[in-house]
Amino acid sequence: MSEQTLTLDDHDHHEHGPAKGFLRWVFTTNHKDIGTMYLIFSLVMFLIGGMMAFVIRAELFQPGMQLVDPGFFNQMTTMHGLIMVFGAVMPGFVGLANWQIPLMVGAPDMALPRMNNWSFWILPFAFTMLLSTLFMEGGAPGFGWTFYAPLSTTYAPPSVTFFIFAIHMMGISSIMGAMNIIVTLFNMRAPGMGLMQMPMFAWSWLITAFLLVAVMPVLAAVVTMMLMDIHFATSFFSAAGGGDPVLFQHIFWFFGHPEVYIMILPAFGVVSEIIPTFSRKKLFGYHSMVYALIAIALLSFVVWAHHMFTVGMPIGGQLFFMYATMLIAVPTGVKVFNWVATMFKGSLTFETPMLFAVAFVVLFTVGGFSGIMLAIAPVDFQYQDTYFVVAHFHYVLVPGAVFGIVAGVYYWLPKWTGKMYDESLGKMHFWLSFVGLNLTFFPMHFVGLAGMPRRIPDYALQFADFNMMASMGAFLFGTSQLVFVYLVIKTVRSGKEAAQVPWESAEGLEWTLPTPLPYHTFTTPPVIEHK
Amino acid sequence: MQRFLHQFCITLAFLIPSSVYAAWELNMPRGVTDTSNTVYDLHMLILWICVAIGVVVFGVMFWSIIYHRKSQGAKAAQFHESTTVEVIWTVIPFLILIGMAVPSTSVLIDMYDSSESDIDIQVTGYQCKWQYKYLNEDIDFFSTMTTPKVEIANEQEKNPNYLLEVDNELVVPINKKVRFLFTANDVIHAWWVPELAVKKDAIPGFINESWTRINEVGTYRGQCAELCGKDHGFMPIVVKAVTQADYDIWISEQKATAQAVAAAANQEWSIEDLVAKGETVYQKNCAGCHMVDGSGLPPAFPALNGNDVVLGDIEKHMDIMVNGVPGSAMAAYGKQLSAVELAAVITYKRNTWDNKTGEVISPADVKAYMSK
Repeated sequence: MSEQTLTLDDHDHHEHGPAKGFLRWVFTTNHKDIGTMYLIFSLVMFLIGGMMAFVIRAELFQPGMQLVDPGFFNQMTTMHGLIMVFGAVMPGFVGLANWQIPLMVGAPDMALPRMNNWSFWILPFAFTMLLSTLFMEGGAPGFGWTFYAPLSTTYAPPSVTFFIFAIHMMGISSIMGAMNIIVTLFNMRAPGMGLMQMPMFAWSWLITAFLLVAVMPVLAAVVTMMLMDIHFATSFFSAAGGGDPVLFQHIFWFFGHPEVYIMILPAFGVVSEIIPTFSRKKLFGYHSMVYALIAIALLSFVVWAHHMFTVGMPIGGQLFFMYATMLIAVPTGVKVFNWVATMFKGSLTFETPMLFAVAFVVLFTVGGFSGIMLAIAPVDFQYQDTYFVVAHFHYVLVPGAVFGIVAGVYYWLPKWTGKMYDESLGKMHFWLSFVGLNLTFFPMHFVGLAGMPRRIPDYALQFADFNMMASMGAFLFGTSQLVFVYLVIKTVRSGKEAAQVPWESAEGLEWTLPTPLPYHTFTTPPVIEHK
Repeated sequence: MQRFLHQFCITLAFLIPSSVYAAWELNMPRGVTDTSNTVYDLHMLILWICVAIGVVVFGVMFWSIIYHRKSQGAKAAQFHESTTVEVIWTVIPFLILIGMAVPSTSVLIDMYDSSESDIDIQVTGYQCKWQYKYLNEDIDFFSTMTTPKVEIANEQEKNPNYLLEVDNELVVPINKKVRFLFTANDVIHAWWVPELAVKKDAIPGFINESWTRINEVGTYRGQCAELCGKDHGFMPIVVKAVTQADYDIWISEQKATAQAVAAAANQEWSIEDLVAKGETVYQKNCAGCHMVDGSGLPPAFPALNGNDVVLGDIEKHMDIMVNGVPGSAMAAYGKQLSAVELAAVITYKRNTWDNKTGEVISPADVKAYMSK
């Protein structure tokens, strides 16, 4: 890649700042305000979903039914999954994108600012509706976040209709957010910045946005088919009327597998920004990193049925999905090797963002290894729907997606707020989270292999010890997130003033901007000259 | 190939200390079939390949973390691209994956060959119990969890088979190829016994196949593996593998029992006997949803205490019991319960809690209704 120099116009003509009062947040079209709202929303949902995880782990602390009844337990696992996926992780990444993409590609704002406002403001209503089902007669949906028919159609509680409508709203929000990102990246890059000069975070979001636009309508379709089956006497998923319950799973996972990458690719982007900065060395293999992202995205469309190895597919299908899934290890491996090569012979320091990024690489890779094991169909019969799967996807989602978001927040918080966070609090947050999550999720591999099915409210005695350990880890992980909440509040209210470039060798357009950041930035695009 | 896998894993197994405490069980069981042993070996092979890759990748990473720190005076190198290296670390993982795919394919092909079976058993999932139908023997029964509610509620000490015990075990002979045909009555269930390495979804309206050939006499326990509603955690599977001689004895006992049940329907039953039997049937089949005291969990599971149907027309009550309520969780019990059991549970419901109708529904009434 050619060397770049950055030439900037002066930025000292900021004639208007934000409006005053609450209505600023209602009417705002500013990408920074909307990014902030997304991130706060994500944090609130993370804490609500976390409280549900508390209920789950408390009930599983020891064998026997102690705190809740099995029906409510199912509602907790279902809502925990839905809220963490659609409420915490996805909006968290959209928040990062809103803040960072215009700053990183030299654009004054997102391309479609009013739509941006709307795509955020749908979310609080969608999740209020989803959470309200907890208080309805018959309770909230208890059929798992994957809502397999016919448990979610013929046998669902009445609140399922509200669930369907909430999913529709979240889908609309995601599609609009994704379109906005695609349009911004294609049209509003600074003059001179070609696609292959885009920062990795922008690349990862461009790919993610295409995945979102491709698969969110599929999710909308499948919930609409459910709605038809429930209220309008169709039989898409009922064999009695000529339908097929397995059809539901095919459509759901055609959405669901790309969705998994939607939740991890932006984290790849964040980590690819952080590791070079704290290694004081350029990202190794930029081009192959981009190609790997594209390869992962394309493969994600042809592997969905590896979630369904036990539904009784013909052997040809079984083999195809097994081989295709194993192939994903190749581009994913390339990414991990490139991060390690970036660190190799660097000059490393370990501030909080780097700690989270390094933990991301290690623990995501652990989740990747169990992913390869799960890809092997004949062995998957023993893993499918056990705690081994729970361990696998929590390893890619917690130290993967969540650590990715948290690392990004620590990395860019000094630029966003103009204040420096408390480094020792940040490190404390990291180590508590790191110990807590490994204590929670690593033992789940063992109980899963030993035969504990997932989504059960009570278990046989031989699983007791590891479950108690996992519960204690979960309580530690959950409470240590309060350190993060405190840290962010403390930074905003009383943090020390941050330097324009708080990290020694951070590169990228966002660091060329002054601190504190003006309300409007890059009103005149920066020109990127190639040497 | 399979023999190589086996040798390889045995060699590796000696390299790590293995835990012998059941409570701290770390790994998949080896199981008691040839298939489960092959699956175990394949699992260990893939695991060790992953561990080896992990050691190399994390080794380089931690080397950098330790020796290439700024605080150690490390100066950053300038390299940031190498097509050769990229090609190498694309090709090598690809070759490793081919190495994994070859044995996996052969194991899978073997698992899919359910032809030439000795015994065929149809397994039907219900919310939340299993039905086993021996297709060549005219034997048909339900298998329900027997763990008492007091153990689940922590009011009594839990027995060693807590949540993994049933009233009627699935009995099969050893060294015979047993073919399972899976289906379901309501929602999707999954039949899983880890020691047989058999897991297959039971899907309403469709039939899935799988098979096993058990090598050792013993009792093997498993659970439903697909979320099937509120009692998903309470539908265990118990397989009892016996010798062919014991299996033959069991078959004849089952047939004798079936005749006795048929005979009981022709006896005269007093209201006390029916209510007493009905209470047992109710606890086993109804109390999970309608609660022990008949209060239910409205709106999905209506209360039976003071219920209009229970206190009203007997025909309507029998209809719901025999045919279920389509489109709801209320199953059709016409095939699950005998005429005596149906008569007993209907009589019980009409003469317990605050329901005091004094009506007696005899097995003959039920048979008359069902033959209409």
